[in-house]
Amino acid sequence: MGWTGKILRIDLSKGTVKTEPLNMDWADKYLGQRGLASKYLVEEIDPKTDPLGPDNKVIFATGPLTGTCASTGGRYSVITKGPLTGAIACSNSGGYFGAEMKFAGWDMVIVEGAAAKPVYLTIFDDDVQIRDAGDIWGKSVWETDKWIKAAHQDPMIHVATIGVSGENAVLYSCVVNDLHRAAGRSGVGAVLGSKNLKAVAIRGTGGVSVKDPKEFLKATKAGKKVLKDNAVTGQGLPTYGTQVLMNVINEAGAMPTRNGRDVQFESAGDISAEAMAEPRRSDGHPNLLTNQACFGCTIACGRISKIDETHYTVQNKPEYWHASGGLEYEAAWALGSATGVKDLEALTYANFICNEQGLDPISFGATVGAAMELYEDGVITSETTGGIELKFGSAEALTRCVELTGKAEGFGKELGMGSARLTAKYGRPELSMTVKSQEFPAYDPRGIQGMGLTYATSNRGACHLRSYTVASEILGIPEKTDPLATEGKAGLVKAFQDATAAVDSSGLCVFTTFAWTLEDIAPQVDAACKGDWSVEKMLEVGERIWNMERIFNNKAGFTAKDDRLPERLMKDAAKTGPAKGLVATVDKMLPEYYDLRGWTSEGVPTNETLERLAV
Amino acid sequence: MLKALVIDPGKCTGCKQCEMACSLENEGVFNPSKSRIRVFDFHEDARFVPYTCTQCDEAWCQQACPVNAITTDAMGVKVVHDNLCVGCKVCTIACPFGTVNYNASTGKVIKCDLCGGEPACADACPTDAITYRDVEQSGYDKMKVWATRTSAGTESHGPNTPA
Repeated sequence: MGWTGKILRIDLSKGTVKTEPLNMDWADKYLGQRGLASKYLVEEIDPKTDPLGPDNKVIFATGPLTGTCASTGGRYSVITKGPLTGAIACSNSGGYFGAEMKFAGWDMVIVEGAAAKPVYLTIFDDDVQIRDAGDIWGKSVWETDKWIKAAHQDPMIHVATIGVSGENAVLYSCVVNDLHRAAGRSGVGAVLGSKNLKAVAIRGTGGVSVKDPKEFLKATKAGKKVLKDNAVTGQGLPTYGTQVLMNVINEAGAMPTRNGRDVQFESAGDISAEAMAEPRRSDGHPNLLTNQACFGCTIACGRISKIDETHYTVQNKPEYWHASGGLEYEAAWALGSATGVKDLEALTYANFICNEQGLDPISFGATVGAAMELYEDGVITSETTGGIELKFGSAEALTRCVELTGKAEGFGKELGMGSARLTAKYGRPELSMTVKSQEFPAYDPRGIQGMGLTYATSNRGACHLRSYTVASEILGIPEKTDPLATEGKAGLVKAFQDATAAVDSSGLCVFTTFAWTLEDIAPQVDAACKGDWSVEKMLEVGERIWNMERIFNNKAGFTAKDDRLPERLMKDAAKTGPAKGLVATVDKMLPEYYDLRGWTSEGVPTNETLERLAV
Repeated sequence: MLKALVIDPGKCTGCKQCEMACSLENEGVFNPSKSRIRVFDFHEDARFVPYTCTQCDEAWCQQACPVNAITTDAMGVKVVHDNLCVGCKVCTIACPFGTVNYNASTGKVIKCDLCGGEPACADACPTDAITYRDVEQSGYDKMKVWATRTSAGTESHGPNTPA
């Protein structure tokens, strides 16, 4: 109930497909999706394994609420060891693919080994095949989606695929499903590429049932009302998308700009949600056409945009004149603020290409930002870049880079390494805005101190989705804390981390937590799943997951030394805004955080902690 | 009053709550592939369109059925009787709109029956893209929008307005 109770195990080296029952003891301890699949991964792979070698595994995992009518119940995750970071990776996506996996009858698909030649998987209910991908290797996400539906004469198939970037081992390649929803971070797409696995195509005709349908309808209906009545989930997100944050974060002085040289972007307004909704001067139409929901979502924050046909990026390229996934806040920030580019149409084009080629726009944009600083400092020249004038603010440079990176052509090949490896190669590692080699996103810890600790301790490298303390520090959810203060933040970060791990593992979207607490979520899980799912149990599961991920990373070679922010954030004070004169002070918070976690001063979970959580 | 499902694609976000509500009501599980209502995603045009049976007055499915398994109830709804349906699928060919479909797991055809007067899809729709109301006033909202536009720019100079 909730779970289908079945998993698929596919060995690409041997070409075999096996089914096995879901380990229900683990499901009771790790719930589903992120937690449960991570449990399988840590039990089955050597933490020191090469992420791009055949011994790494990649797991597509749903949660027990995926494929139900719970609002946002359509999520799935891709879990593996990430090539960008070398840490455990879990990248979460929406769209319709995850729910379709449940309807086909599977909680998880575990892929092991590597195929000798390019292949794709078809999962049509119980009929599972490994098929030759010779015709789609080298094709884009959009072409692959179209090709698979045509080849199997079934427009209702949902496809998760890599673009050429995943084939070319770009270290921040995504897995993209439903054309523009992505398991985006840590390079999970490159892992598929290393296995010669182009795509997974799913069609399901079975049903998902829940433990107590009557209670479930009651709990989910109550949850939907809370989302509808909340200003963020009921109005802000559907109207403006996550881009509602652009002006807010900029005014808070927490907008990392031009590779973190500044904390405010003078042109934030030009690339904001408000700008997307304004009719353009050029053609009188707004960039934003409509919002879109992922499966089961009653918030509907997705952006559907159309680029101005006369814009230089798409002139004479009618293949880009249709509507597709538009800018979310993180993408607008990375492609825009991090590079200093204020041309909304150019950013939308870059975003389209990221979707089409399967690139994580956060790491891509931030890497371009770092490369621009190398260029402006004279460390690299137009000779290095193949003639691109890589100056901050240059839309032409940004769009040229995005065209080259997925294809691993010219300077794009260097950009595809990510900023940590790129800046190290040119002797300026301090210019990489990363933790554990993963680029941090759109919140500057100098202006939102809790995010410094969030980035430093995130188990998948710098990330906002592991503990979104922005909610508390800026938006006042569930209660307002001072973004410039460090007191109390260790506890805040831990609380957000544990709760988020539980939410991710349920199959719901973390955006619900702008309105929902575990008090809203636990009854939905409890009505769907066998067992007793209280708030306390959810939190314990979340904490257990967090520790399990940490142990994996420790065994992979990470230590407390890796829980640190880029030097710039700790040394160069914010120049403007409310945080003017401040640096990120993660060092003050870390010891308290380790202590609260029940870890040693070296960041290692104590035996007592492990016993308490039964990890 | 006869009621009908009134669909406004402009309000649809593509969330498929209607498909889940429909399949739960009719199949007891969440299973969009067995939903009587379907949301179409015209991705490149940024449009989502829910579509289902509109309960034709002269229903071609009904007329084509060789065993009279489709009857009309008091509310004008065309209802398939599983005990009579032989799964010949002729109705699926006769229906011009594709809204009668064969269910391989039961060997019968399925179509929208408005859930006996309380359609689950309309209840589940979070944006009112699907509503259930007076069939004779299904154009009310559109008329209202156009009425507003028609009066735009005009001042109120009715016969009773003092000059």
